[in-house]
Amino acid sequence: MEENAIIRFKIIAIGGSAGSLDTVLRIFQTPDLPVSSSYVVVIHRKNDPSSILSELISARTYLPVKEVEDKEPISPGTIYIAPSDYHLLIEDEKTFSLDSSEKVHHSRPSIDVTFESLAEIFGDAVIGILLSGANADGAEGLRKIRDAGGYTIVQNPATSEVGYMPQQAINLKAAVEVTDATIIPDTILRLTLNAER
Amino acid sequence: MKGTDLALLRDEDLELLLNEIFISHGYDFTNYARASLKRRITRIMVIDRLPSFAELYYRVKSDENYIPHIIRQLTVNVTEMFRDPHTFKVLREEVLPVLATHPFIRIWHAGCSTGEEVYSMAILLEEANLLHKALIYATDINAHVIENIKRGIFPMQHMKNYSENYILSGGRRDFSKYYTAKYEWAKFDDKLKERMIVATHNLVSDRSFNEFQLICCRNVLIYFDKELQDKVLTLFDDSLDKLGFLVLGSKENIRFTSVASNYRQMENKEKIWRKMR
Ligand SMILES: C[S@@+](CC[C@H](N)C(=O)[O-])C[C@H]1O[C@@H](n2cnc3c(N)ncnc32)[C@H](O)[C@@H]1O
Repeated sequence: MEENAIIRFKIIAIGGSAGSLDTVLRIFQTPDLPVSSSYVVVIHRKNDPSSILSELISARTYLPVKEVEDKEPISPGTIYIAPSDYHLLIEDEKTFSLDSSEKVHHSRPSIDVTFESLAEIFGDAVIGILLSGANADGAEGLRKIRDAGGYTIVQNPATSEVGYMPQQAINLKAAVEVTDATIIPDTILRLTLNAER
Repeated sequence: MKGTDLALLRDEDLELLLNEIFISHGYDFTNYARASLKRRITRIMVIDRLPSFAELYYRVKSDENYIPHIIRQLTVNVTEMFRDPHTFKVLREEVLPVLATHPFIRIWHAGCSTGEEVYSMAILLEEANLLHKALIYATDINAHVIENIKRGIFPMQHMKNYSENYILSGGRRDFSKYYTAKYEWAKFDDKLKERMIVATHNLVSDRSFNEFQLICCRNVLIYFDKELQDKVLTLFDDSLDKLGFLVLGSKENIRFTSVASNYRQMENKEKIWRKMR
């Protein structure tokens, strides 16, 4: 990497629901995940105040994992998890914020809310990834990432544990690329390797 | 509900609207956290079927009853009884025994919404036999929501969840003894509200009005930007006795704020701080 190269993808955002946990864990156990991007993870789960998801991810990666607190600074090379029962928003390029307003698609955190907020603040510097799920949440948000010039990846519904959520995204033409779960880590590496500007 | 469309609202338009709300009604939302505020406003546009900011602004200018409606919609009032039960457990087991040594206890719930949190506190005090010597101030910017505190009536459908939270908070009584069920509503025992003082108070513009041993302000600061958070925490600092307790929401932290050095966190995971100087 050149010394003053400016990183294209500042954010790698992952959303998922039913059947997505294994894929999320697989992504984070990939060696050599770029440390120049920040990772934002929104996974639906039953009220889980004990942060099991963070623990599971921490056990698989050398990157620091944080459950986001209000006004938490956004740093590269860090994995940020949306806390249960709050929507995760982006205040500005440096700061997260939280919001406990109404559920969206019966979900809080909602993937749509975070994806839309990322698209608004980070524009084309976002890679959005939508995984398995039985809910329509995430599709519209992913479409907004794509509309803002970001790169979007949707897990192949045919090989997803639950295909409904990725299929919704495909129907909305939110996917730049549709791919099997096993390929996603390589796709991230490929996209980030030559993506300076 | 479905999503919003943030693209409907440009930053300049947001300024225009906030300015109008301030000038015509005196409510200052300019230091609210932008991301959440924008979502609230675009949500209002979706619900009220206003296709563009121009339509919204026209409505604001031509209908004087519309701004109060916006103000009500702007604030997020989601709450529950014994929310984050473990926090209440620590209050019960570690904070109330300290407060018990005072001849008189003043507690402030700032941004208490419809009062679920205030009733939860009253139950803790009642069970610790402290309610008779306590005064609980319950305040919120939104006059509409605090009306409910005086009534003490909450939707029956949540009682199962609240009763589970109550048990997790260390409660040992039969939770249903605290209310009378009538159709879809649970009316709480009048005794619980005898020691409550309910009033509107705007954390942005109103001042400190008393000295407290415990201030509870949960899930309110998340809606403020850092500058306003600092200002409000200073207001709390001015209103808190030395060695008093400050309770924030489960994802809020004073770590990055100007008052941080005066406080010591009770235990690592609970959002309860003690004022050390
Ligand atoms: C999400 S509720 C929190 C309720 C409760 N404390 C809890 O944690 O469950 C946030 C409350 O803050 C109130 N609020 C917002 N801005 C305020 C202000 N400037 N002054 C006082 N209260 C405010 C809102 O009206 C709302 O009722």
